[in-house]
Amino acid sequence: MNIAVKAALLLSVLGLAACNNPDRFGGSDAGLAVNDPGGVFGGGTGLGAGGVDQTGINNPDSPAYFQQTIGDKVHFLVDQSTLSPEARQILGQQAQWLVSHPTYTAIIEGHADEQGTREYNLALGARRANAAEEFLISQGVASNRLRTVSYGKERPIAVCSSSECYNQNRRAVTVIAQGAGA
Amino acid sequence: MLRMLMAMTAAMSFMAAPAAMAQDGPLRIEITDGVIEPLPYALPTFVAETGDASQMAQDIASVVRSDLNGTGLFREIPASAHIQRFSSFGTSVNYSDWTAINAQALIVGAVSVSGGQAVVKFRLYDVFSGQEMGEGQQLVANPQSWRRLAHKVADTIYSRITGEGGYFDSRVAFVNETGPKDARQKRIAIMDYDGANVNYLTDSSTIVLAPRFSPDGNRVLYTTFETGFPRIKMLNVSNVTSQLLPETPGTMTFAPRFSPDGQSILYSMEQGGNTDLYKMGINGGNPQRLTNSPAIETGPSFSPDGSKIVFESDRSGTQQLYIMGANGGEPTRISFGEGRYSTPVWSPRGDMIAFTKQHAGRFHIGVMRTDGSEERLLTASFLDEGPTWSPNGRVIMFTRETPGAQGGASLWSVDISGRNLKQVNTPGAASDVSWSPLLP
Repeated sequence: MNIAVKAALLLSVLGLAACNNPDRFGGSDAGLAVNDPGGVFGGGTGLGAGGVDQTGINNPDSPAYFQQTIGDKVHFLVDQSTLSPEARQILGQQAQWLVSHPTYTAIIEGHADEQGTREYNLALGARRANAAEEFLISQGVASNRLRTVSYGKERPIAVCSSSECYNQNRRAVTVIAQGAGA
Repeated sequence: MLRMLMAMTAAMSFMAAPAAMAQDGPLRIEITDGVIEPLPYALPTFVAETGDASQMAQDIASVVRSDLNGTGLFREIPASAHIQRFSSFGTSVNYSDWTAINAQALIVGAVSVSGGQAVVKFRLYDVFSGQEMGEGQQLVANPQSWRRLAHKVADTIYSRITGEGGYFDSRVAFVNETGPKDARQKRIAIMDYDGANVNYLTDSSTIVLAPRFSPDGNRVLYTTFETGFPRIKMLNVSNVTSQLLPETPGTMTFAPRFSPDGQSILYSMEQGGNTDLYKMGINGGNPQRLTNSPAIETGPSFSPDGSKIVFESDRSGTQQLYIMGANGGEPTRISFGEGRYSTPVWSPRGDMIAFTKQHAGRFHIGVMRTDGSEERLLTASFLDEGPTWSPNGRVIMFTRETPGAQGGASLWSVDISGRNLKQVNTPGAASDVSWSPLLP
């Protein structure tokens, strides 16, 4: 495939993703688009949570299957970035899926709960994302298909201020995007 | 007669105040922990010297009062108790009229507007010694800048009475917040320290965090997710242009802060999950690595002389505060109390460090000496964080967040004595405040 065709295909994918999912974090249209001129990381809006085709859950080749059947999230203890046995199991399955679906890349998002200062939580989220990324690489996923980002405490998925919500918010999320690795 | 009686009553009630403010020497508030009783002062509405200046005269007097009252160090004697009235700036002061109502300081002012310029004149009197305190002053500005004129008058009065620098003619940069907790929209904004003149410097299309003023107040550094990854941007306040700082691909950069000379930037860079401190020139150039540890190092802040850096690190297992030289080197730990310490900021006076502390499920804003001694917690709540110093190092602003799904952020201020805790006026929810220097 020549570069022009590939770029055109990629653009159409991005266009589709953008329609489904202008901003997976509910901001305005400009959203959290990744500046990724090479297209390696699929524009960053990706096919994450809101953009996944919900009918694909039973199709093992779909990102929806990855997200919901395998599970795109692993959780952490307070102030920790160590992977629990449960997290390793989920990441192991994520790795298998990524290895067998080489046309996808992934951005791993690290998150923290609100019980911490803003900048420390950014760094802590990065530690968590990196722990997940390193595990995926150790399981055979090419490192050039993965990238990490931290949102610190900026994007909780549960909004109560109790340990139940905090447990859900201390997480690393593997967000699948279309596009071959660099 | 009636007026006389009212004045007598007022005088008696004021005289019942504690003797702490009884005056032997010249009029002076020593800002120490011992000041409990605010100094009573009178500020008759400024005289309008031109026909169209009467509204501005009232407005300026009102802002000066608001500045002084807001410190908690001054108490205004209401106009209804005043005996002498000023029909012109030159009216001579009848001191007995002011001692009768126990005003210790008297401020007389006048405003005129002509030729597109607003002029404010004022005099400060020490009522009990029957003398003018300092010389009368005259300030000139564009009429649109009348609030700055008022703040400058208040700064001068505050300075003369306390012997400290003022802080009223200053601004704060902060993050305006809207929307629910899990989809919060953020904008960098700037306003006068008292909440007036709000300007939004970015839109809410991406997450923006922690604006930080340059030492000259002309630029703001902040962290933006506009590329999809946290990166530092430098914004010119006057023309609202901005540029991303250069980055090393595949890294995150955040927690920026200017050096005291405004020529370089301290920041955190994350690479491969590890966060260390770096320094670069404001025009780019090779970043200089300042720490090299597998721990998280962030929240760096220069000493006002630029020779040292205070920062937080979890190298001991929990977040603690450390000081090192401006070019790195072996740091010295300064925080040893229970709990976790973060977001250290060096006082503009150089003598103290403000910080966030987490302990036993609560957050606190605190201050300590630069050697870690004399730690004092000023606040306690579900979540307080991110202190910033007033230009004179006497007041701290910070972010307070409330818990739960409906929880929101607001800005608060507190004296370094721990007194005068109060919410700062902001349009809607606000966080991540940074106080500018005193404006020129």
